[in-house]
Amino acid sequence: MATELAADLAGEDVVETTPRPSRAPLRRVWAGLWPKLAAVGLMLAVWQAVVWSGWKPDYVLPGPWPVFQRLAQDFRDVSFDLGVAITLRRALIGYAIAVAIGSAFGILVARVAVLRKAIGSAILGLQSMPSIAWFPLAILLFGLNETAIFFVVVLGAAPAIAGGLLSGVDHVQPLLVRVGHVMGARGLSLYRYVILPAALPSFIGGLKQGWAFAWRSLMAGEIINIVGHQVSLGQQIQFARDFADAEQLLAIIVVIFVIGVVIDSLFGILDREIRRRWGLLGEVA
Amino acid sequence: MSSNILQLGDGHAHGVDSEDHSLSVERLSMAFPHEGRLLVALEGVSLEVEQGELVCIVGASGSGKSTLLNILAGLDEPTSGRGHVHGRVALMFQEAALLPWLTAAGNVELALELRGVKRSERRDVARELLNRVHLNGFEKRLPHELSGGMKQRVALARALAQDADVLLMDEPFGALDAITRDRLHEELERIWTETGLTILFVTHNAREAVRLGDRVLVFTSRPGRVGHEVKVNLPRPRSLDSPELAVIAGRITDRLKHEMGV
Repeated sequence: MATELAADLAGEDVVETTPRPSRAPLRRVWAGLWPKLAAVGLMLAVWQAVVWSGWKPDYVLPGPWPVFQRLAQDFRDVSFDLGVAITLRRALIGYAIAVAIGSAFGILVARVAVLRKAIGSAILGLQSMPSIAWFPLAILLFGLNETAIFFVVVLGAAPAIAGGLLSGVDHVQPLLVRVGHVMGARGLSLYRYVILPAALPSFIGGLKQGWAFAWRSLMAGEIINIVGHQVSLGQQIQFARDFADAEQLLAIIVVIFVIGVVIDSLFGILDREIRRRWGLLGEVA
Repeated sequence: MSSNILQLGDGHAHGVDSEDHSLSVERLSMAFPHEGRLLVALEGVSLEVEQGELVCIVGASGSGKSTLLNILAGLDEPTSGRGHVHGRVALMFQEAALLPWLTAAGNVELALELRGVKRSERRDVARELLNRVHLNGFEKRLPHELSGGMKQRVALARALAQDADVLLMDEPFGALDAITRDRLHEELERIWTETGLTILFVTHNAREAVRLGDRVLVFTSRPGRVGHEVKVNLPRPRSLDSPELAVIAGRITDRLKHEMGV
């Protein structure tokens, strides 16, 4: 015991930790991937089982195989690809506007106490508002065009983004703010160096949720609001219904689902990366 | 409020800001509303710290020591009286309170940036400061990759980066194990000697106070006041385990118990 203690005293307390070697990247990817693949497999199996059960005739509910065949055929069709591009472009623009407005609004409400009292809870209320309810108004205001769609996408996504930023700012550790003060950061510089970085994990959460709302609103908008002769995804779904083309309908649903999942998982990666850096993950096993 | 206890600050240098005082507190009081009543955290605190002095305040928890430091750091306004610090002030907390998204060097560099140090110089100055607290090689580590003692070292480097004249320390080593704390005492003492900083160090540990302080101010509890002052004339560096130190610390502990009515 005595010798052990002596050794401790001689040692430096600054060599306690060494970075752990992370697991092989391939194995890590696989560990994250296989449950998802299994879930997809299970879903396809259930789908096929329902089709085989004969609950609905084939032309109303086709099985996965014909749907994927149709999908492959769709992708060879330029106008289909164009539709996907149109929809993605709208999503991107609408989301970008929502991020800009939501962030600016979030900071403004966080900074100005009166605004906070006046509309802090209204932001929450807006978040729970189904954005499709805005469509009739949007069409009256802007007509049957893209502006109406953007209007609804922004109204769907911006409150979630503002809300994420706001809750991040609210939950900054008071101690960090005091440290900022002691170091001489005031007002804007306090925001820039302490509060906003501290709020970033929550802001990313808001961005992720905002994306989900934007994607949802966009689909609703495209189905309801036919703009000119553009063949967006939502429009094609509507056409497929009109022609009772169930295969096409399901093929498009698969595309919409996959786009949503891919972008969501990109946010997931960003979120994990930020949390890791911020030390919020605890022990990374 | 008169008592048989020596009241520091009474009788000399009243109301005068003499230049050799790096820090002075005059009849400072602080009260918070708490559950419908007024809670008096500090009442008529007066003290002075001379330039280059290392003074420890020891008191039970809840005696308003932290409140005093917060006021001196400009984080809170006193209810009455005043606390004054000559020059720049830095404050260290019990938790290192490093910004978790910045590396060790990044935390130090931010303090430099906020002080107006040029970008080109920051990196070198930060490296040198981290060297000074024996953290060379750990510049790129994030706070959650550092041990408690290392975090406090970074916090100390960050406080030094503020180039303060007065360093206020609020139980900075309270959460560390004995050996790490011992080592940090040595480093603090060394840095204090090298820089000529004025340090006001708050602790609830009488031994730590006697280990570090030129003087030890014993705080009474509820309301907090300076109840007693002890001049520590032991030669430096002192050992926490020396019998002389233990005797003085024992007397202070008795005094604290007496204040608390135990």
